[in-house]
Amino acid sequence: MDNSLLRINNLSSGYGDFQALFDVSFCLEKNSVLGLVGANGAGKTTLFKSILGLLPREKSMIQFQRQDIGHLSANKLAGLGIAMVPEGRRLFSSLSVYENLQIAADYGRKGYWTIERVFELFPILAEKQKMPSLSLSGGQQQMVAIGRALVANPEVILFDELSLGLAPTVVNDVYAAMPSIIESGISAILVEQDIERVRKISKNLVCMREGKIVLSGAASQFTKEQLTTAYFGE
Amino acid sequence: MILKSLPKKQIRVFLVLTLITIILASAPWWVSRADIRLLGEFYSFLALAVLWNLLAGYTGLISVGQQAFVGVGGYAMFIVTAKLGISPFLSVPISMLAAALIAGVFAPLLFRLNGAHFAIGTWVAAETISLCFFMVPELGGGAGMSLPTDVVKSIASSRAMREMTIYWLMLGLGLGTIFAVYALLLSKTGLALMALRDNEIAAASLGINIWKTKFVMYIAVAAATGAIGAVIFFQKLRISPESAFSLNDWTIIIIFIVVIGGIGKLEGAIVGTIVFFILRETLADYGVVYLIVLGVFAIIIMMFSRKGIWGMFEEKFKRSLLPVTREP
Amino acid sequence: MNFIELIIQGILLGGLYALFAAGLSLIFGIMRLVNIAHGDFIILSAYIAYLVISYTGVHPFIALLLVIPIMSMLGYMIQRYILNRTMGDDILPPLLVTFGLAVIIQNTLLTTFSTNTHRLTAGDIDTASVGILDMHFGLLPILTFFVAIIIIFGLELLFSYTKIGRAFRATSDDREMASAIGINTKHVFAMAMALCFCVISVAGVLLAIRSSFDPFSGPARLIYGFEAVIIGGLGSLWGTLVGGIILGIAQIFGAHISPSFQILAGHLAFFIILAVRPKGLFSKVE
Repeated sequence: MDNSLLRINNLSSGYGDFQALFDVSFCLEKNSVLGLVGANGAGKTTLFKSILGLLPREKSMIQFQRQDIGHLSANKLAGLGIAMVPEGRRLFSSLSVYENLQIAADYGRKGYWTIERVFELFPILAEKQKMPSLSLSGGQQQMVAIGRALVANPEVILFDELSLGLAPTVVNDVYAAMPSIIESGISAILVEQDIERVRKISKNLVCMREGKIVLSGAASQFTKEQLTTAYFGE
Repeated sequence: MILKSLPKKQIRVFLVLTLITIILASAPWWVSRADIRLLGEFYSFLALAVLWNLLAGYTGLISVGQQAFVGVGGYAMFIVTAKLGISPFLSVPISMLAAALIAGVFAPLLFRLNGAHFAIGTWVAAETISLCFFMVPELGGGAGMSLPTDVVKSIASSRAMREMTIYWLMLGLGLGTIFAVYALLLSKTGLALMALRDNEIAAASLGINIWKTKFVMYIAVAAATGAIGAVIFFQKLRISPESAFSLNDWTIIIIFIVVIGGIGKLEGAIVGTIVFFILRETLADYGVVYLIVLGVFAIIIMMFSRKGIWGMFEEKFKRSLLPVTREP
Repeated sequence: MNFIELIIQGILLGGLYALFAAGLSLIFGIMRLVNIAHGDFIILSAYIAYLVISYTGVHPFIALLLVIPIMSMLGYMIQRYILNRTMGDDILPPLLVTFGLAVIIQNTLLTTFSTNTHRLTAGDIDTASVGILDMHFGLLPILTFFVAIIIIFGLELLFSYTKIGRAFRATSDDREMASAIGINTKHVFAMAMALCFCVISVAGVLLAIRSSFDPFSGPARLIYGFEAVIIGGLGSLWGTLVGGIILGIAQIFGAHISPSFQILAGHLAFFIILAVRPKGLFSKVE
C-alpha cells in the first residue's frame, strides 16, 4: 500500500547556472512529520522553493497525492493543500495580525482550522489581532506565520527554520503547538537546526549536505553520532 | 599609451574603424546631395543612440529628457553665433558647456528620484527648459528664429562646401562618439561602469562611488548631446522650442533604436539606427505608421528577448564587433 | 480676482490633477510600475467617450457606463498579457513597454481622428457656476473636485476592507509569499490595472468636458499626475490629493501672472518640493 502524500523524485534545481540540488528523492508519508536537517547551504530552502515552484523543476519531479505537480505554480499548489511557514516568517507588513490570517483564509481551503481556532491555539494573538504584524515579537510573529498556514487547511505544511532567531523558551511555546497541528491531520516537513528536537518529533529523517541527500530513514534508527557525521561530513 | 596595453583584437577594431572613417569621409565625392543629407542625419541619430545607450545600458539612468540637451545645444549655438558674433565652429564647445551646465543644475534634483520616476523627471526638466525658451522674445519666442545669412556664410561661402563641412562635422561627431564611448568602455572607468551595470551593490562594495559615477556620466552624455544638438541645427538653419526640444525626434526614436538594436551593447545602437532608417524610408508614404511599427517592435523585443537584435545575434554566433571584454 | 478666489480655484484644479495622479499612485503602490502611457490612456478614454456619444447621443456621464468597462477590460488585458511578462527586478522592460504603448496610442489616434481637437459637451454643467460672496466658481471644477475626493475615499475603503484590497496590499508587500498562500498574483496585478483604468476613464471624461483634447494631449496629463504623486509623496493617496492641490494652486497663480507662465509655475513648484522635501510631503514608501 502506497502511503505517500508528497514524493520528491530525482529533483535537481538551482539558481540560473548554479545547481544547488542534485537528484534529491524522498517521500513524506500521510499523517507524519519528516525532519530535514543539514548545515547552512545544504539546499534545504532551495528544496522548499523548488517544491513550491519558486525555482525551476520538472513536472514528474514532484508528486502530491500521486499526481504530478512539478509543473504547477505556487498559487495552484496552495490550492491543492501545500502551505509554507517560511524562514524569517515573511508576514505581510502592511496587514494587521488579523488580516494576515484573514487573507490566508480568503484564499485557502475550508476545514477544521479557522481564525478562532488559531486564536485558541495561540491566545496571545487574539489580544494583539489589531496590531500591525511587524510590531509583534519574533515568537509571536512565528505564531502568526503558523496560523497563516493553518487557516488555509492544507494537507502538508513546510516549516523552514522554525526556531531560527527565537529565544529557547519561545521555541518551546511554538513547538508546544505541534501536537495539535499533527492531530488535526496535517503532515509536515520540518527544517530545523536543532537535531535533537527534530529527532524527537519526526517519524522519518532526511539529512542533506551540499545539495545531496546523505542519510535518510526512520528517525529512531539513527544514533546521534551517525547524524552528526552526516551533518558535518567526514 | 592606451593602445600599447590593449590586446591585438582591440587594435584590429580600431584600425578597421579608422578605415571606415576614411571611406565615409570621402562620401561627398561619390554620393548624391540628398543622400549626403540622409547620411548626416544617420550619424546624428547614431551618436544620440550611442549616448542614450551608454546612460541607460551602463549606468541604469533611463532618461526620457535628452531632448533638453539637444535643444540647449542648438539654442546655445544660435545665441553665440547670431547674437554674440562668435564663429560657428567655436560655438560647438560652447554648446557642450551649456548643456553640461544645465545637466549639472538639474542632476542633483533628478537624482533624488528613482528608476522610472527619474525618467519622467528628466522629461519634466526638458519641458521646463523648453517653456523658458518660449518666453524669450529675443529668440523669437514660440516661433523661433533663423540663422542669419552672415553666420551661415561663415560656415563656408558656397552651399556645396557648407553641406560638405556640415557632413564632416556630423561624421566626426557620430564616429567620434563611438570611438570615445568604446575607448571609455575599455578604460578603467569602463570597467567600473560594467560592474555598475551588472550589480550595483557589488560595485559599491568594490569602492565605486555610484552617485559620483552616475553624475559624471550624466553630465558627460549631456555635453556630447549638446554638441550634436549644435551641429543638427547647423544643418536645419532654423530653430524653435518645438523642434529643438522635440521628444519625438531626440528621445522617442532614439530609445526605440537602442531597444531594437540591443540595449547595453555598443553595436546595438548601430544596428538599431540602420533598422530605423530602413523602416522610415520604406514606410515614408504612410505618415506616422513607422512610429507605430517601431513601438510594436520595441514592445515585442522587451517581452521576448530583452537583448535586442544584436544581443540575439551575439548569443547565436558568439561574435562581437566591438569587443570590450579583455582576454585572460 | 482676489487672493482667496485664486486659492480656491487652484484647489479645485488640484482635484482634476489628483484624479490623474490617483491611478499612477495606485499601480506604483501595488506593483512598483510606472506607466508612461497613463496620460495617453486618459485621452484614449476621452476618445472612446466621444465615439459612444456620437453614436448614441447620450450625456457624457451616461457614456461613462460604457467607457469604464471597456477601459478596465483593456487595462486588465494589457497588464495580464503584456506587462506581466516584463515584470521583474529590472525596471527597464516594463517602463519601455509603456513607453511604446504611449507612442502607439498617440499615433493611432492621430491616424484615426487627425489632429483636430474635440470636446465633450455636458449641457448646462459646462458653463454653470456657483457664486459665494462675490466670487464665482465653475460647477464642473467643483464637481470634479468632489469626484476626486469620493474616488480616493473609495479606493482607501477598498484597500482596507475588501478581499481584493488585502490581496493588493499582500502582493505589494511580498509577491512570492502572496502566491505561496494561494493568491494568483498575475491576476491581482491585472485587477490593479483594471481598477486604475476605471479612475482613468472618469478622469478622461471629466477632462474632455472641461477642455478640448487632441491625440497628443496625453503626455501633459501624465506629467501633471506624476508631479502630484511626487509632491504628495509615494504610496499615499491622500498625499496625492494634496500634491494635486499644490500643483493646481501653483498653476493658477502662474496663470494669473501671465497665461504662458501657468505650466512653468507648476513645474517650478515640483522642482522646489523636490529640492526641499525629496520624499514628498506624505511619503509612506522607504
